Amino acid sequence: MKPEELLFAETHEWVHVSKDGDNQIATIGISSFAVEQLTDLVYLELTGTGTMLTPGEEFGEVESVKAVSSLYSPVTGEVVEVNTGLSDQLDTLNADPYDAGWMIKVKLSDDQALSNLMDHTAYQKQCAGEH
Amino acid sequence: MTTELLRTPLYDWHLEQGARMVDFAGWSMPVQYDSIVAEHLATRERATVFDVSHMGRLRFDGPGSGPFLDRLLTRRVLDLQAGRIRYALVANPDGGILDDVLVYHQQTPSGTDYHMLVVNAGNRNKIVQWIQSHLQASDEVEMSDRTEETAMLAVQGPRAVELVNPLIDADVSSLAYYQCKTTKQMGKICLVSRTGYTGEDGVELIVRREDAQLVLDNLCRAGRQFDLLPAGLGARDTLRLEAAMPLYGHELDETINPFEAGLRFAVNFKDAAKQPRSFVGRDALHALAEKPVRTTRVGLLLEGKRAARENYAVFHGETEVGKISSGTFSPTLQRPIAMAYIDATDPTLQETGQLLAVDIRGRQHSAEVTNLPFYSRHP
Repeated sequence: MKPEELLFAETHEWVHVSKDGDNQIATIGISSFAVEQLTDLVYLELTGTGTMLTPGEEFGEVESVKAVSSLYSPVTGEVVEVNTGLSDQLDTLNADPYDAGWMIKVKLSDDQALSNLMDHTAYQKQCAGEH
Repeated sequence: MTTELLRTPLYDWHLEQGARMVDFAGWSMPVQYDSIVAEHLATRERATVFDVSHMGRLRFDGPGSGPFLDRLLTRRVLDLQAGRIRYALVANPDGGILDDVLVYHQQTPSGTDYHMLVVNAGNRNKIVQWIQSHLQASDEVEMSDRTEETAMLAVQGPRAVELVNPLIDADVSSLAYYQCKTTKQMGKICLVSRTGYTGEDGVELIVRREDAQLVLDNLCRAGRQFDLLPAGLGARDTLRLEAAMPLYGHELDETINPFEAGLRFAVNFKDAAKQPRSFVGRDALHALAEKPVRTTRVGLLLEGKRAARENYAVFHGETEVGKISSGTFSPTLQRPIAMAYIDATDPTLQETGQLLAVDIRGRQHSAEVTNLPFYSRHP
């Protein structure tokens, strides 16, 4: 996926929304900026399928040599799929954060939270300010 | 209130190298240039250069410098020969640790003796005030804080001496560990010492502020054939943790005494003639030395990948028995390591092989007590 087509949370998660019949499915990962900032990843833990998430709720954690960071859901809904292989392939997050590095898919029960997310341009501005 | 961060003379260079800068003890310092793991492993395998100019450098001139420091430090200074360095503590009258320091005995080129203390950046102001409050005119000592008019570089790793030696007038390879010498690097005066905070062989160079960039450029040029990397505070922390070196604010503070910290060697109750010596904190420390310790510093090896971080609780069964003081994922051992203070009233808890558990954000992880250090360059 191209980052230009994604939505971003202040906490560096990205979201891609697609249609699956009547359902909206949000695929969620973390941005390449976040991966670069973390560096030296050693551990990733993701929640299981069936977990109900609301915006700001933790869906996992990612740990580097230096520190541990929580992963926060940008959306409301139920986790329907988890990229379970990712925790054994953390290099994937460096190499391909927007495709193979996806983390969870959430069936949206409410898409209101999407309006709080940034587009890529706004997100890049935020990152420039944090650098 | 925001205060302007101090910058080392190599600040611009760090930015040019793409360093990520952080606020550390009031200084803007590089935490990493690229990867902490790459910088760490380069130090273990080859050589790296660290800007450690944030460390406080206090110079003591005058005939009374040795006796004065001898009264202020937990280690003997009076019998420290010129050209030698010792690790010591600054204790308060209750025996708490105000700082851990290196004391250098040096001579000027004309042969006049002086001493120097290298203190932690975060404790510099506190120690300067502590010293001033103890200094009297009759001590015949003048203290000057040279931190901001000098720079300090650490070249660390198995190839460090080989790398530095051709650049320096003195023969660094003939310096033993914890020895120092005033010499020149390409015509620039420098104080070279065989010291470091990584668990590797290496040297530290103290140079004039205005010479720092030139000296670093020379090091980098000579370092090409060794694949020298610059390394930041991130790698400095993982390296010292593997070597089980205490870090002030984590393993040491004013509430911890040296015996709990495993630093009995750093307290000399007697002088070189085996007579009792007097120093600040002596009576309290002497009383503490006679008593069993309440808590003790141990090393923990954890299963899995999650690291135990500072202040996480350590359990034995259902009972909380201590707290983590520092922890990380060890790049050398490829597993999480930590140091912890645990209850010393039950001596079995600190035995090698004892299984404890660390609460990592709500989940208990098995942790085995292990001998320190986690890593030693001497097999």
